[in-house]
Amino acid sequence: MSDITLNASAKVAEAAPRSAPISQVGFVGWMRANLFSGWLSTAVTLLLAYLIVRWAIGFVDWAFINAVWSVPNNQTQACRDLRGTGACWAVITEKHRFILFGTYPYEEHWRPALCIALFVGLYIVSAMRRFWRKELALIWVGVLTLIGVLMWGGVLGLTYVPQERWGGLVITLILATFGLALAFPLAILVALGRRSKLPAIKALCVIYVELIRGVPLISLLFMASVMFPLFLPEGMNIDKLLRAQIAIILFAGAYLAEVVRGGLQSLSKGQYEAADALGLSYWQKTGFIILPQALRLVIPPLVNTFIGFFKDTSLVLIIGIFDLLTAGKTAIIEPAWQGFGIEVYLTVGAIYFIFCFAMSKYSQGLEAELNRHRAR
Amino acid sequence: MPHFGLFLKRALGMAALGLTLAVPGLAQAQQAPANTLDAVRARGQLICGVNTGLAGFAQPDSQGVWRGFDVDYCRAISAAIFGDPNKVRYVPTTAQVRFTALQSGEVDVLARNTTWTLSRDTALGLDFAATNFYDGQGFMVKTALGVKSAKELEGATICVQPGTTTEQNLSDWARANRIRFTPVVIERLEELVAAFVAGRCDAYTTDVSGLAATRSAQPKPDDYLILPEVISKEPLAVGVRQGDARFADIVRWTHYLLLSAEEFGITQANLDRMANDPRPEVQRMLGKNGELGKMLGLDNLWAVNVLKAVGNYGEVFDRSLKPIGIQRGPNALWTTTGGLQYSPPFR
Repeated sequence: MSDITLNASAKVAEAAPRSAPISQVGFVGWMRANLFSGWLSTAVTLLLAYLIVRWAIGFVDWAFINAVWSVPNNQTQACRDLRGTGACWAVITEKHRFILFGTYPYEEHWRPALCIALFVGLYIVSAMRRFWRKELALIWVGVLTLIGVLMWGGVLGLTYVPQERWGGLVITLILATFGLALAFPLAILVALGRRSKLPAIKALCVIYVELIRGVPLISLLFMASVMFPLFLPEGMNIDKLLRAQIAIILFAGAYLAEVVRGGLQSLSKGQYEAADALGLSYWQKTGFIILPQALRLVIPPLVNTFIGFFKDTSLVLIIGIFDLLTAGKTAIIEPAWQGFGIEVYLTVGAIYFIFCFAMSKYSQGLEAELNRHRAR
Repeated sequence: MPHFGLFLKRALGMAALGLTLAVPGLAQAQQAPANTLDAVRARGQLICGVNTGLAGFAQPDSQGVWRGFDVDYCRAISAAIFGDPNKVRYVPTTAQVRFTALQSGEVDVLARNTTWTLSRDTALGLDFAATNFYDGQGFMVKTALGVKSAKELEGATICVQPGTTTEQNLSDWARANRIRFTPVVIERLEELVAAFVAGRCDAYTTDVSGLAATRSAQPKPDDYLILPEVISKEPLAVGVRQGDARFADIVRWTHYLLLSAEEFGITQANLDRMANDPRPEVQRMLGKNGELGKMLGLDNLWAVNVLKAVGNYGEVFDRSLKPIGIQRGPNALWTTTGGLQYSPPFR
């Protein structure tokens, strides 16, 4: 019996399955299946490969091999002699501090630099689930206060820097972070209010959302900077940045409210009824049952709106605030550096991309994690 | 509780009344601090509205320090008031918000290449104190196009910026000269120039100063030709709020001081030597004799402070505008070369 078994197992071992032909599996197989499955597919693949390689070689030539990385004393003739065959990264070398920090006093640049680092740190800490506790709110308040102190100064031996001199990346981060951080709670309240049974609250929320969504952000910013000051009493001026910030909060609030409302509506009625049956109050029901479910459903559209608003902050250029994009544009106004827009826009675009891509990647992870119970 | 309802009703009624009264009189109601000089002194800073970035006139350098022709005017006014050219806060203003910024008191003075026109002078609650640069709208073409006069631009595509007087001047001029053209309207100067250089339009029109600046920034300036016709008057003036004659005087006479200093050959370098110049007008100007400074409500040595800070008009011009290829042209002194810049006497 045992002998037979042994023999049998030996036989099985002898007949171990051979792996599939190399042309059918792995990388080669994938290529055959997807890129070279027929003569048409092969032709398209070869053509595209040729174009990509050519373009990549051209780009590498332009961006690295022929590029000029620095020039002495604003003498851009070396760059101009390239006549477009190479990038003039010298403009970034010369102007990077202006693009990042705008007209902030040069010798104080460490302050906005530190603020950018604080913002990034804040984002990273907030992104980690292990920090999702009540203390996180305190961290936010603390860090944002610290950022305010650093930017304005005037205490602790820091020199005072008025708001007009702030600029660059730090303005973009301030507008986006404060804008979304304050718009989000506002949006939740408005979304709940719009589904309220109290007619006054419901009407107020509907009017707010429809009014704000009915006008473009640029006109709202314009109102904030052109019309609003005329309504204020004599000699009273609300800071330009603050006005823009409020306009952005109101605008983002209206859009986010509709996203949140979408989540609220997609919940089945049974969830509400079950919460009521448990005898929960309205706020308990909303806080423990409804919102946690509704918000995780709307992560993709929320992040979509966040990313949109991060980029929309660049519209403040029409009221003369130097955000990242405007600072980039202003950097190439100086006659010596005129005409090097591509280099500057590529750099600014890369910075925007890093932030937006990080947001988008993170939201994908979060979505997968929070909705794991649905995947089952 | 009924009282509360009544109170609410009254408050709402008053608010509504206030709003109806306020709305028609907005421009008048906002003659923010009536005495700008005192407000500036109390604040310890002059707030100067400048362009968000225009080569030669106002632009931040790599260190973020504002430089340019208009910026030097801000510095000069600050030196006249405080004896220190650096007590200025620069507020970058776009073309759309510049007048509101001045009206609402957000800035004290608008040194922002703004054309002095009748409608702006009367309707927008500002006074133009001094024309610091005489400009005019012209055309630039590529030399290869072979056009020698603007009259030959029949059927051309013309690159122009929207929303400024430039666009209006162009269509007025075309109608008057029966020239048909296709406008290519692009908001941002940088992109407009790029479109012109790339050949999307045959001609590019803006103020001659702007054309010269663009031309000098090209790899081969000789490839471009500025046509001789100047189709508009663009006196670029420094604006102050309406109804403050005293502050307007300070701005105006600061400009005249720069002109007179050039006329009398006073420069930043020889200022100390010139203090002992025997000519009576120079003595009065530099505060050796008389009380001209006091009459303006300033320190009697205001002129010395201004000239020490920025130099005379010619020096201001040469520092910012000459490097970008703008000729003195109409901005030469009337007294020496028959230009338009002319200062009333200091006496």
